[in-house]
Amino acid sequence: MGIFRKNQYKNKNSLHNESYLQTVWRRFKRHRLAAVSLIVLAVIIGAALLAPVIAPYDPTAIVGGFSQPPSWKFWLGTDQIGRDMLSRLLYATRISLLVGVMATLISTLIGVLLGLIAGYFGGIADMVIMRFTDMVMSFPYILLVLVAAAIFSPGLWNIILILGFVDWPGVARLVRSNVLNLRETNFVKGDIVAGMPLRHILFSEILPNTAAPILVYATSVLALSILDEAALSFLGQGVQPPTPSLGNMLNGAQSLTVLTSQPWLWIPPGLLIVVIVMSINFIGDALRDALDPNGGR
Amino acid sequence: MGKYILKRILIAIPVLFGITLIDYAIMCLAGSPLEMLQGPRVSEAAVEAKAIALGLDKPFYIQYFVWLGQILHGNLGYSIKSYQSVSSMIASHLGPTLLLMGVSLIISLLFSIPAGIYSAVHQYSKGDYTVVTVSFLGSSIPGFFLSLLLVYIFTVKLGWLPSSGMTTLGTDGGALDVIRHMVMPVIVLSFSMAGSTIRYIRSAVLEILQQDYLRTARAKGIGHFRVINKHALRNALLPIITVIGMEIPMLFGGSIIIEQVFSWPGLGLMTMSAISNRDYPVIMGVCLLSAVVVLVANLVTDILYALADPTIQLD
Repeated sequence: MGIFRKNQYKNKNSLHNESYLQTVWRRFKRHRLAAVSLIVLAVIIGAALLAPVIAPYDPTAIVGGFSQPPSWKFWLGTDQIGRDMLSRLLYATRISLLVGVMATLISTLIGVLLGLIAGYFGGIADMVIMRFTDMVMSFPYILLVLVAAAIFSPGLWNIILILGFVDWPGVARLVRSNVLNLRETNFVKGDIVAGMPLRHILFSEILPNTAAPILVYATSVLALSILDEAALSFLGQGVQPPTPSLGNMLNGAQSLTVLTSQPWLWIPPGLLIVVIVMSINFIGDALRDALDPNGGR
Repeated sequence: MGKYILKRILIAIPVLFGITLIDYAIMCLAGSPLEMLQGPRVSEAAVEAKAIALGLDKPFYIQYFVWLGQILHGNLGYSIKSYQSVSSMIASHLGPTLLLMGVSLIISLLFSIPAGIYSAVHQYSKGDYTVVTVSFLGSSIPGFFLSLLLVYIFTVKLGWLPSSGMTTLGTDGGALDVIRHMVMPVIVLSFSMAGSTIRYIRSAVLEILQQDYLRTARAKGIGHFRVINKHALRNALLPIITVIGMEIPMLFGGSIIIEQVFSWPGLGLMTMSAISNRDYPVIMGVCLLSAVVVLVANLVTDILYALADPTIQLD
């Protein structure tokens, strides 16, 4: 049940034959905030991808005076050592999105595989995997990430791997319970009776039927990964300078001068994190509703 | 019922054992604390003597069992930095953290339960949209950014609230002083928890509102007010148990960052300084403690749930 649905009985054409994707798209568009979020996110991603083209300066080059407030020359001012904030912000978004997407891909992949195995084979495999999941879930997530970041020297790819390898238990549980249900359906039982190869049953029959909830869950993992990267980098345990990331741009705000008299150094990256994460959450919520097979018209 | 609870406890035991194993494995990966000692002015012999003193010359599985045995005796080892025992360090930092987490938990529940129920009862109304949007904001804003904003507004601009520590330096504190120091960390922690809690309670209540017994209650014509307050709310108590279980790990995680930002002298601050000092016994102790607390919280949640809902069975 999505939260922001509107005009649910206004559609006249819903009885026409339309493809599944068309149905999903129509139901998605009903969520106005999600539709707006999609546009906002597209603009942000576009700007991040085009950073080398549209950034006015090199993000690591010293191009102006120290800590200058926003001006026509530097739209968002310059940082403590005279780098252009707007250029850094564009590149930082690129890095933060990269971390989020890659970490989400890794954790989803691990979670899906473990969940498939646990749910389909049951027995000892299930028990071992689920108890291991319980163990990992018992550690507070951010503590585990912090300790791992301290052990493996912090850096871009280490952060991606750490976030990816820590955040899979939720997906594993979700996939497992879906697989348990699907295993009892007639089409899977039919496959088994027909002697279909295991690979076909797992990846061509079961996985596509649980793809929608995985996709919805992945949006929340993406939002969390971006938040965690920001928190880690803020604490100095994540992406290391001079590479800019949205989190480590806020790191400077721990000093009192920056916090009190140079708000242009920390408010824009912070707001950008909020906007990105909120857009992803709205989109995820609308997707949950649009992909729900029992969601009505 | 007794059988379910027993089974649930039996499942928790291997998990607990596994937690100690993971905890130990992480610390083995961390490398040797001897690295901190090495330097041009430390002789090989001194390093070796230290290794023997710390028991690091033995194979790792023996070290694990030695460590496990000591834990069972309540001995979490000694800090490499300050030479204090880890258990006493934890004990002295636990109070402020529990205070912060407890108050935040209560405040977040006080706000999110009524908000979630209101939102569900008035589904698709303006109020519902407002509550849900705010709850999305709560789960989308990084705790540290909200902290910085609050400090900027309430400390820098308005000068109303202190931004760090638990008591004002040079005074003997007093309850009022501690409360003033707690306002901002509590707001941040409870706001980020309320985000997911509100939506959880909202969807749980929505589900209850669609149940047959509520349709019956409505059909009897007892009126909207009594339907909600007599029949729906009592059943909405169940998800609240789950919510509390959900929030405890979030509290542990959140408090690490928030304590760092506000210099709140609790476990989180201690853990961060242990992490930057590579003080393994301390990190191990805190990891273990928080994992065990979360495990026990989950166990208690499940048992309470089973007690409250007789239809629950262990699959």
